[in-house]
Amino acid sequence: MGDWKTVTVPVLSSDSKNIFQYTSEKKISPPSMNSQVLRLPLPSSKSMHSFFSAFCTEENIEQSISYLNRELTTLGFPSIYVEPKGKELNLISIINCMNELLVQQHKNLRAQEEVEMQHLKLGSDMDHLQNSYAKLKEQLELSKREIVGLQERDRQLQSKNRNLHQLLKNEKDEVQKLQNIISSRATQYNHDMKRKEREYNKLKERLHQLVMNKKDKKIAMEVLNYVGRADGKRGAWRTDKTEARNEEEMYKVLLSDYEQRQKQLLVENAELKKVLQQMKKEIISLLPPQKQKPKERSEDGPVLSDLEEDIGELNKENMWELSCETVREQLTNSIRKQWRMLKNHVEKLDNQVSRVHSRALDDKDVISREDHELKTEKLELEIQQCKEMIKTQQQLLQQQLMSPCDDDTTLLLQDCYLLEERERLQEEWRLFREQKKNFEKERRSFTEAAIRLGLERKAFEEDRGAWLKQQFLSMSTDYKHSENVTTPSAFLGSSDQDSRLTNSTSQQRKPHCTLSGPVSAEPGQMSQYISCNSSNAASKKPAGDGKPNQWEESDEGEVE
Amino acid sequence: MNFSEPCRLTGLLGRISPDGRCLASCVQYRLIVRDVTTLQLLQLYTCLDQIQYIEWSSDSLFILCAMYKRGIVQVWSLEQPDWHCKIDEGSAGLVASCWSPDGRHILNTTEFHLRITVWSLCTKSVSYIKYPKACQQGIAFTKDGRYMAVAERRDCKDFVSLFVCSDWQLLRHFDTETQDLFGIEWAPNGCVLAVWDTCLEYKILLYSLDGRLLSTYRAYEWSLGIKSIAWSPSSQFLAIGSYDEKVRILNHVTWKKIAEFEHPAMVADTKTVVYKEVEKPPSVETERLSFPPTRALASSLFSTQSKYDISQVPVSFQYIKPVADRANPKMGIGMLAFSSDNCFLATKNDNIPNAVWIWDIQKLKLSVVLEQLCAIQSFQWDPRQPRLAVCTGNSKVYLWSPAGCVSVQVPMEGEFQIVSLCWHPTGDSMALLSKENFCMCYLEREEVK
Repeated sequence: MGDWKTVTVPVLSSDSKNIFQYTSEKKISPPSMNSQVLRLPLPSSKSMHSFFSAFCTEENIEQSISYLNRELTTLGFPSIYVEPKGKELNLISIINCMNELLVQQHKNLRAQEEVEMQHLKLGSDMDHLQNSYAKLKEQLELSKREIVGLQERDRQLQSKNRNLHQLLKNEKDEVQKLQNIISSRATQYNHDMKRKEREYNKLKERLHQLVMNKKDKKIAMEVLNYVGRADGKRGAWRTDKTEARNEEEMYKVLLSDYEQRQKQLLVENAELKKVLQQMKKEIISLLPPQKQKPKERSEDGPVLSDLEEDIGELNKENMWELSCETVREQLTNSIRKQWRMLKNHVEKLDNQVSRVHSRALDDKDVISREDHELKTEKLELEIQQCKEMIKTQQQLLQQQLMSPCDDDTTLLLQDCYLLEERERLQEEWRLFREQKKNFEKERRSFTEAAIRLGLERKAFEEDRGAWLKQQFLSMSTDYKHSENVTTPSAFLGSSDQDSRLTNSTSQQRKPHCTLSGPVSAEPGQMSQYISCNSSNAASKKPAGDGKPNQWEESDEGEVE
Repeated sequence: MNFSEPCRLTGLLGRISPDGRCLASCVQYRLIVRDVTTLQLLQLYTCLDQIQYIEWSSDSLFILCAMYKRGIVQVWSLEQPDWHCKIDEGSAGLVASCWSPDGRHILNTTEFHLRITVWSLCTKSVSYIKYPKACQQGIAFTKDGRYMAVAERRDCKDFVSLFVCSDWQLLRHFDTETQDLFGIEWAPNGCVLAVWDTCLEYKILLYSLDGRLLSTYRAYEWSLGIKSIAWSPSSQFLAIGSYDEKVRILNHVTWKKIAEFEHPAMVADTKTVVYKEVEKPPSVETERLSFPPTRALASSLFSTQSKYDISQVPVSFQYIKPVADRANPKMGIGMLAFSSDNCFLATKNDNIPNAVWIWDIQKLKLSVVLEQLCAIQSFQWDPRQPRLAVCTGNSKVYLWSPAGCVSVQVPMEGEFQIVSLCWHPTGDSMALLSKENFCMCYLEREEVK
C-alpha cells in the first residue's frame, strides 16, 4: 500500500499567492504520472485551465488521447476509440468513462473521508492509550517502590523476631540448665545426706546399745510418793479391749467432727438457697412491670410466660428442700436467666436515660417516670393500710387470747363462745344419752331373750326327756310289733334322715340355728344326735311364735 | 494500764499457769512462784542446776524444771511444797522435756534424739518411743489432750506415730511422703494433722486422725519453701508462710488455696491503714529541772515517747535483702498468728522486719500495717479479744485492736528491753519479759477495745 504523506505542493509562479496543502495524496505507481501529479497544485478556478492545459496541449492531443485510452483500458474501461487502432473518438464511451470516473472519484473521496475520520479516531485513541500507559507505568513504579519498602520492613521485623526467639530459647535453655543443675545437686545432696544419716543411725544404735547395756543405775526416777491420776481413776491394763475402745473413740471423734461440719454446711446451704429464692422472687417482681408498658419490648411476652411457668414449678415448697443435682441446677439456671433479663432491662433503661439526656425532654418518658412514682406511692399507701390492718388484727387476737378484762364486749364474746360450746356439748350429751338408752333397751331385750331361751331350753329338755321316756317305752312295747313300727321308724328314720340332711344343711347355713324338725331316730343315732345337738340348745319346736322373733332378734343382735 | 515492779528473771523463763492464778519465773537455779495479781511470792524452790526450761502441768498443780546439762528434770508440786520428784536421765542425756496433756507424765527426749522416755508420776511404768525425729516440732498434742503425734525417722524415711494419751497405746503408724519432715501440728479440732517438709521442699501434707492422707499442697518447686504455719482457732483455715514472702491460706473443705497474701515493700491499697510509730519529743518543764536530776526525771528525759501516726498510702517500707550465701536466711514469713476470734491474721515478713501486717480474714485482704521504729521481736494475740500486743526490743509495748493503736511506755528505771510477752489466759494482763527482768502489765477492761 502506499504511505500516508503530507505533501506540500509548491506554489506555481504564475499562480496566486495562495498556498495549498494536500493533507494526503495517494502515490500512484507510474513514476511519470507521479512526478506530473506531484507537481500539480490544487486547482483553483483560475489555475484550473493551466492545470488542465499542462497535460494536454494542441500539439499532443492524439498522444494524450491514446495515453488516456491506454490508461482507461488498463483500468478496465471500454476503449474511447470507436475501433481499435483508429482515430475516431467514441463520444458515448468517453462520456461513460468520464461519468464512471466521476462516480469513482466521488466514491474515492468518500472513502478517503472515512479513512481520514478513522485515522483521526485511531489517533485520539492512541493518544489516550499512551496517556494511560504512562500513568500506569508511573503507578507501577510507585507500587514497586512501596513493595520494596515493605519487604525491607518485613525483613527487619523477621530478623528481630528471630533474634527474640533466639533470646527466648537461650533463656529457656539456661533455665533448663539451671534446673538440671539444681536437680542434680539436689540428688547429690540427698544421696550424701542419706549416707551420713545411715552412718549417724549406726552411731545412734551403738550408743543406744551402750546406754542400755550399762544398766545405768543413774537412769531412774526418784519420787517421794506417787501422785494420783488427774482424773482420779485408777490405771488400767492395756488389752485388746482397750485397743478396740481407743479405735472406736478415735472414729467417734472423727465422725462427730464430720457431722458438725456437715451440719454447718447444710445450714449454710439452706441459707444460701433461701437467699437465692428471695433474689429470684425479687428479680421476677422487678421484671413484670414491663407488661404495662406496651411500647417496650414485646419479646418479653413469651419470655415472661416462661418465667411464670418456672415460678410455678420452682415455687413448690418441697422443691426447695430437695438437694439433688437437677433441682440445684434448675434453681441456679433460672436465677441466671432472670438476672440476665434484668441486666438487659437495666441496660435498656440506661440507654433510654442517656437518650433522654441527649435529646430534649421526652414527654412519654417523663410521664412514665411520673407513672412510676404514682404507682410507688399507691403501693406505699397499700402497704401502710395492710400494715394497719395487720396491727388491728393482731390487737384483736391479743385481746381474745388475753385473760378476761373489764371490757363488756369481750366478756360477751367470751360468753357467746362459751354458750355455743355449751350448746354443742349439750347436743352431744343428748345424742349420747339417747344412744345409751337404746343400748340399754337392747341389752334388756337380749337378757330377756336369753332368759326366755333358758326357760325354753329347760322346757325342751323336760319335753325331750318325757318324749324319750315315751319313745323308749313305746319302742320296748313296739319291738314286738317290729315291722309296723320299724317302717314308720324307717320312714321316720328316712324322714329323720331327710330332716337330718336338711338340718345338717341348715346347720351349715345357720350354725347357731339348730334343728328345724323334731329329732326322732333310732336310739343310737338319736343319742348321737342328741349329744351332737345338745350344744345347740334351742329347738324349733312348734312352741311359739316367739321363736322366729327370737331368732330374728338374735340374728339381728348378732348382726348388730 | 498498770505496770508492776520489775522482778528478776533469767533465760526468758516466765510462765503464767494455765488456770491464771500463778506466775512461775526462774532466776538461775531457783524457781519462784508468784501470785499473778499481787506478784507476791508464794513458793520458792531450789533446783540442782541452772534451769533451762520450765513448764506448768495442765492442771496447774505441778511445774517441771529441766536442766539439760545435768540431764535432770525436777518436778515440784504447788499443793505440797515438800513433795519432790527427780528424773535423772544419766548418760542418756536430755535435750527436751515436756508434760503430757493429763499432767501426770513427762516426756523426755534424750540426747541425739535416741529415744523419748515417758515417765509416769502415777505408776512405776516407763515407756520408750524409739527413733524420734530430730526436728523443730516433733511432738504434737491435740487440743483436748487425747492424742499425741510423734514424728519418727527410720531407714531414711519419715513416719508419724499416733498415740492415745490415756494409755500410750500406738493407734496409728504411717509413713509420710516428705523428704525431711520439719514439723507437725494438730488442727484445733483434733481431727487433722498438718505435716510439712523441710524448707528445701515446699510440701505440706494433711492427715486425718485415722492416718489417711487427706491432701497434699505444693505451691512451687525448687525455691525455699515453708517457713511457718498457723491453724485458725476454728480449724477452718491453715495459713502457710513461706520464704517467698507470701502467706497462702488453705480452707478445710477442699484443702485448696483460697487466698494468697503478698508482703511487698510498697503498699498502695487505699483501704489499708498504715500506723507508723513516730517519736514524740519528750516534754520537759524547765522550771522543774533540779540539779542533780532525779532518777525519774533522767529516765523520762532519756526515754522517748512515741505515738502512732497514720501514714498516707502509698507507703513504702524498709526492705532488707539478706545475704545470699548463708543458710536459713532472714527472709520470708517468719511469724504467723490468728486472732482468737478467727477474724484476723498477724504476720511478719522477715524482709521487712519493722512491720506487722494484719489481715482481715473475713474479707481476705490487708487491713492494717504497723510500722515500728525497731525490729519486731514478738507479737501475741489476746486469748479473748481481737487485740494484738507487739514488742520490739525497747521498753514500750504496743497494742492494736480494730478500734485503734496505742504505744505504751513501761515506766521502768534503767534499761528494759522487752523481748517477749505472754498474755494471761483471761486477757486482763500480760507478762513482759526481757533478758534480765520481767514485769506484769495489767489492762483495764475498757482499755483499747
